Amino acid sequence: MNLILFTFIVLLGFTSYYFGRRKAYTIQSTNKRLTALPQFYGYYLAIWCAIPAFIIFSLWAIFEPTIVKLLILSDYSNQGYLDDELNLIYEKTKALSRGQFTGEITPFIEASAEKYLSLRSIAQSSKAVIVLSIIIASVAYAYKKISSNSKTREPVEKFLKAVLFTASLAAILTTVGIVFSLIFQTIDFFKVIPLFDFVFGTHWYPAKAFVRDSSEALDPTMYSDTFGAVPIFAGTFFIAFIAMCVAIPIGLMSGIYLAEYASVKVRQYAKPLIEILAGIPTVVYGFFAALTVGPFLKEIGNSMGLDVSAESALAAGGVMGIMIIPFISSLSDDVITSVPQSLRDGSYAMGATKSETIKKVIFPAALPGIVGSILLGVSRAIGETMIVVMASGLAANLTLNPLESTSTITAQIVVILIGDQAFGDPKTQAAFALGMSLFLVTLCLNIVALRVVKKYREKYE
Amino acid sequence: MNKNKEQLLNKRYKAEKRFRLYGQSAIFMALLFLTIFIFKIFSTGYSAFQKTWLIVPVTFDAELMMLEQNPSKEDLKDADYYDIALKSMADLDPNANEDQENELKRMVSYFFEREIKRELLNDPSLIGKTKDVYLTASDDLDQVFKGNYPRDLPEDQRRVTDYQLKIFDQLVELGKVESKFNLSFFTYPDSREAELAGIASSFMGSIFSILVCLMIAFPVAVLAAIYLEEFAPKNRFTDFIEVNINNLAAVPSIVFGLLGLGILLAVFQLPRSTPLVGGITLSLMTLPTIIIACRASLKAVPPSIREAALAMGASKMQTTMHHTVPLSMPGTLSGTIIGLAQALGETAPLILIGMVAFVNTIPGSPLDPAASLPVQIYIWAESAERGFVEKVSACIMVLLGFLIIMNLFAQIIRHKFEKKWS
Repeated sequence: MNLILFTFIVLLGFTSYYFGRRKAYTIQSTNKRLTALPQFYGYYLAIWCAIPAFIIFSLWAIFEPTIVKLLILSDYSNQGYLDDELNLIYEKTKALSRGQFTGEITPFIEASAEKYLSLRSIAQSSKAVIVLSIIIASVAYAYKKISSNSKTREPVEKFLKAVLFTASLAAILTTVGIVFSLIFQTIDFFKVIPLFDFVFGTHWYPAKAFVRDSSEALDPTMYSDTFGAVPIFAGTFFIAFIAMCVAIPIGLMSGIYLAEYASVKVRQYAKPLIEILAGIPTVVYGFFAALTVGPFLKEIGNSMGLDVSAESALAAGGVMGIMIIPFISSLSDDVITSVPQSLRDGSYAMGATKSETIKKVIFPAALPGIVGSILLGVSRAIGETMIVVMASGLAANLTLNPLESTSTITAQIVVILIGDQAFGDPKTQAAFALGMSLFLVTLCLNIVALRVVKKYREKYE
Repeated sequence: MNKNKEQLLNKRYKAEKRFRLYGQSAIFMALLFLTIFIFKIFSTGYSAFQKTWLIVPVTFDAELMMLEQNPSKEDLKDADYYDIALKSMADLDPNANEDQENELKRMVSYFFEREIKRELLNDPSLIGKTKDVYLTASDDLDQVFKGNYPRDLPEDQRRVTDYQLKIFDQLVELGKVESKFNLSFFTYPDSREAELAGIASSFMGSIFSILVCLMIAFPVAVLAAIYLEEFAPKNRFTDFIEVNINNLAAVPSIVFGLLGLGILLAVFQLPRSTPLVGGITLSLMTLPTIIIACRASLKAVPPSIREAALAMGASKMQTTMHHTVPLSMPGTLSGTIIGLAQALGETAPLILIGMVAFVNTIPGSPLDPAASLPVQIYIWAESAERGFVEKVSACIMVLLGFLIIMNLFAQIIRHKFEKKWS
């Protein structure tokens, strides 16, 4: 039914475009001057035909279920039902009206189901009638406007501009959506677990919160010493640190070499090849770390008499570092190439060698940009998920030994939320609280990094 | 003094050489990682494109199948194939006792009944006759045949028994074991049994998610970019939108997964585990990438084009829609493809919205539960069975193949259709 109405509106829109344009031609044939190109007459009519109808249509779709529910449940008011029971009654009614109800049918529910069906059919037909009459009214209005040869291009373009503006709000909406999805669960979480315990506690055993019998009431003391996020934060920064130990030297030196030393030919091939590393999906890195690097490190460690866990922080961090190399190399390459040639020439003129020029002149000049690229790399390392989930451990150990397994914010979020979640459970909420902290940390890093890079660019442009 | 100077100069030249060497070795290291990586994936994965078959003589005994005289097509479909299937496996070793018969049965996949049935349905005249039928070998024997199985392990540590190996070796000697192209890897959905697992379900899941992502992200991003580049006034609010876009481009992907879970699933009650939700989540992630690419290519259109159009009496909107936007399309499209390639490789957000569920049917629409290629890699990588290791690598090869094709396509569009100004 909705689909038919929808297609009908669209078809009517196209038809009115055609009629609008034809009207313009008839006006033209009476030797009157048109105020705009004929197609604008068509657009004008089409917009007036379709847009009000669509607005009514979508509003109806949003509010119809709520209103029907209210009408159905008004029969049950004053009978002392709880909200949950009322919801159940409504679900039963719906199921019965669709003929999918299994269970005991009480006369009450049967009556409701009948009422539901009749309400639905009334709603459907009245929707069709209202939408059609809106179309007729607005098309009549627009047609009159066209016939009197009033302006059509300006309103059409204004409408288009409004559409463009709405689209640009999508970015803001997404950010708002992220904050909203995180904040409510996070607040609920901190109602049960004090913020202090979360930030400074050193034990993280979310599995403990899961054993709770659902019939028991929430008892905050149960969760003391369960959601202490220090091991998680420490693990996150530790693995990011290992990754940067791999990525910064290799990435920075490749960037410098590509920008200053490499011939055009080497640059032409080496740069895209290194950038392939950035295009490989992270789950592939994760598989590589878990299947190849982890066991390899374990074997080496065992041959040296060290006790290496197969899921060591070193394996995850090292592979993550490889992934970040291209981010640092191409950004620092860009930054170094944009250092003005005059600085280099000045240094060479003083007799400095190439490496001295790089170390003493170009590097300091490019430093802000390089720091920016490193910060972006750190933010990526902190937010990286699949490598850690697959290659590092899932138990949160508080350790600084790279050969043991540790866990990170992202890995814990996945561990908690994989499979079915119960909203309202402290364990689920803990994942959102972790997500919130991850979002905040990376947001700060990104803002600082983007500022630094932007400032730097302005300096040399 | 002179000697000192020379020494110093030598030292400086040496430092220069050393520095250069550091740079070269850094590049070398990065490329070495890439090579090891690709070599490792290919060397473990190529064998998954072959599948091992056992050729077993099957006697289509009408009595064992409970068939009447002159059975119709329907009768053949409803017939009992289990007994003849079991019998033909047991006949491989006439002296087998009951335990051994069981072991013989486990040498092929549990699909063997259906494979025999298909044979008969193709050619009903086989009733009462004996024919060699190709049966899918179990994943362990598949690995044995490919040489990936440690045969020298003590028997209690492996899943293949000595007896099975003995029979298998006899079959190999008789030429009754054959390796053929593994078509089922591309046409079967996921399965718990490695020898039957394929990528069809996750592949369709990926396609549907990417389509949903494209249909949402592309129009919204292009419209937003047009507004920001051509119409937006320079004020605080526009700056705010820009800051938002740049930040979104750097937000970790898992946060988008939380958004999908907390808003799309919990608030809007969209169906869990479906490519629809996956596609919407991915589209929010790709949005900033496409906006940035589209803005860059709009910016690259020289102002003279706009001025010429305006001078001819076109309105600002007509100038933009008829001239600037079409000229910027190659850059926008290649940026879109690169954004989609990123979305195709994304795993974490899809795990959070439940696309890790075990799906053994091929989804037919974006509203059916599905996995996606990267998630399939994750699911198989977490599985302990030996047969899945090569499947993971093969799945990675398919995924990387798609990414390479998409990126090449983006390059071609950029180089072929983009106009060079100046």
